[in-house]
Amino acid sequence: MPAANPTTHRRPSGLKLLQWGLGAWTAAVFVFLYLPILVLVAYSFNTSRLNVVWEGFTFRWYGELFGHGPLIKTLKNSLIIATLSTVFAVIIGTAGAWLLHRYRYRFARAIQTLIFIPMVMPEIVMGISLLVFFTTVQLDLGFVTAVIAHTTFCFPFVMLAVQARLQGLDPAMEEAALDLGASPWQAFWLVIVPCLRPAIISGALMAFTLSMDELIISIFTTDPASRTLPMQVFGMAKVGLNPMLNALSALFVLITIASVLFSEHLRRLASR
Amino acid sequence: MITIRNVTRRFGDFVAVNDVSLEVKAGEFITLLGPSGCGKTTLLRMLSGFESPDSGEIWIEGRDVTRLAPYRRNVNQVFQSYALFPHMTVRENIAFGLRMQKVPADEMRRRVAEAMDLVALGGYEDRLPHQLSGGQRQRVALARAIVPRPAVLLLDEPLSALDAKLRHQMQVELKRLQKRLGMTFVFVTHDQEEALTMSDRIAVFNRGRLEQLGPATEIYHRPGTAFVADFLGDANLLEAEWLAAEGDNVRVRLRGGLEIAVARAAWPGAATRAVVSVRPEKVCIAREPVAGAENGFQATITEEIFQGALDRLVVRTDAGTTFSVVVANESAMMEAFHEGERVWCGLHIDDLVVVPAA
Ligand SMILES: Nc1ncnc2c1ncn2[C@@H]1O[C@H](COP(=O)(O)OP(=O)(O)O)[C@@H](O)[C@H]1O
Ligand SMILES: [Mg+2]
Repeated sequence: MPAANPTTHRRPSGLKLLQWGLGAWTAAVFVFLYLPILVLVAYSFNTSRLNVVWEGFTFRWYGELFGHGPLIKTLKNSLIIATLSTVFAVIIGTAGAWLLHRYRYRFARAIQTLIFIPMVMPEIVMGISLLVFFTTVQLDLGFVTAVIAHTTFCFPFVMLAVQARLQGLDPAMEEAALDLGASPWQAFWLVIVPCLRPAIISGALMAFTLSMDELIISIFTTDPASRTLPMQVFGMAKVGLNPMLNALSALFVLITIASVLFSEHLRRLASR
Repeated sequence: MITIRNVTRRFGDFVAVNDVSLEVKAGEFITLLGPSGCGKTTLLRMLSGFESPDSGEIWIEGRDVTRLAPYRRNVNQVFQSYALFPHMTVRENIAFGLRMQKVPADEMRRRVAEAMDLVALGGYEDRLPHQLSGGQRQRVALARAIVPRPAVLLLDEPLSALDAKLRHQMQVELKRLQKRLGMTFVFVTHDQEEALTMSDRIAVFNRGRLEQLGPATEIYHRPGTAFVADFLGDANLLEAEWLAAEGDNVRVRLRGGLEIAVARAAWPGAATRAVVSVRPEKVCIAREPVAGAENGFQATITEEIFQGALDRLVVRTDAGTTFSVVVANESAMMEAFHEGERVWCGLHIDDLVVVPAA
């Protein structure tokens, strides 16, 4: 057989077919994932109350949304709980990751596993166990219990992000700081934390999003005064679809996309 | 300045540093030299405080620091990876040690500027480490470590990441810097040439043990063990058997069968066997008998490699002993030696080093 001419790049026809198939599959996945979201965003501007026919463009539902007392109140609750839980999750997750990385504990592996179990544990189980715990220690349900509960399921995510970053960190970095006279605490605060910042921020974004989104655990750990937004939305959606909820969802889609882009940007900054 | 007394460090069953004792004088440039894995870094880390000995003591400036935390020691280290703080500018990196010492701001500014001058980094104050070349990062690491004026500067293979040309340049600069500062340097390397270029004294390590300690010329010309002779430069290491005493000399038979004379004083005590070490450049080769050499014999060239300034030969004596030989190509007029040629070899007794048999 003569040697193939190196200037021609014809692929075998089987490969071409496979490529076409994969392309179609990818397109289908994207349609299924994003079409409902697009429809939802579109209908949040629909004058019709029903998500069936397009009648005209309006900002009315956004107006109603911001005038809806319970929604705004629960949004505030959710923001408070998510912010506080994120702060605690960042502190616990970062410190935990550093301690496990830096100091050799006898049961490091067991500790690691125990910490990550909540990430895969069914939320209903976590909700019930937290409720039992709060009842046992006679802590009344409210903001405190909600923040404790949200911190519990959020911090492993921060920890995971930070641990991944620590793997790639030069061990001499801490030593250089200690060598120059920094105490272990100063070395951690002035050198290690700044090195971990991209991971901490992306972990924090994840924690915040997860907390804003949490429904089941919130049901078990809040009282009526600390009800969260997902609880309110769920309650309203049960009664019937409401264009206000479309508007709310559209806003959330916007925020989520922004935070994903932001954390992607950080990741790229970090890996330069 | 530094006293290391019977220091041993084990990792499990493995002895990384084995009963090492060593004195370093103030203002001295001492090099810990040895092959990879011989325990140099471990010893250095015990000086900086990141490892502690299982037994033995370490004293720095008249103080027992054996169990002292790294941040309480008056020593600084230049790390092999440089370990520059990626989020800090060059200036902030260099100022870090002074900041930890709470040095006043104007003094800090002055000393940082001084240090940047010293390592020729002027104009790069506001760069981040990732915006610098390897050589520049190396200088930042150096400036950062000397600016707190430690009693001792520890350097762990600081030049190994640089290309050959830059490395040579930095060797000279480092040595000059050390002289100018009058600071005690403990330098770790596995590169014998680097050690010979820079050190006041060299400590040669092998498998966690200190094999020999002395000035570069002494280590090179008077190696105390076969390992040292082989590790520093090339050496023909030939097992030798005592035949008879001849006045101030000893008649010995080398591996292969050649008989030569070595100095009686060089022979290790009452041993019947030893190893004779001959540097390739100390074997004289000529087309007639070599004048003035106590040992003369005939040989055949079995290999010849032209290397520009040098010619590398392998010769085999009539008795059957082989030597590597290096000849300087001093003039193009001189006719080169070629394979298969019969030549005369000469060995001066003073060039023969005898070390104990392994
Ligand atoms: N923390 C450690 N745990 C186990 N073994 C180690 C540790 N540090 C060094 N070693 C071992 O000790 C030996 C000497 O290491 P090192 O001092 O780094 O050698 P060098 O710097 O001379 O190359 C090596 O064989 C290395 O594997
Ligand atoms: Mg080393």
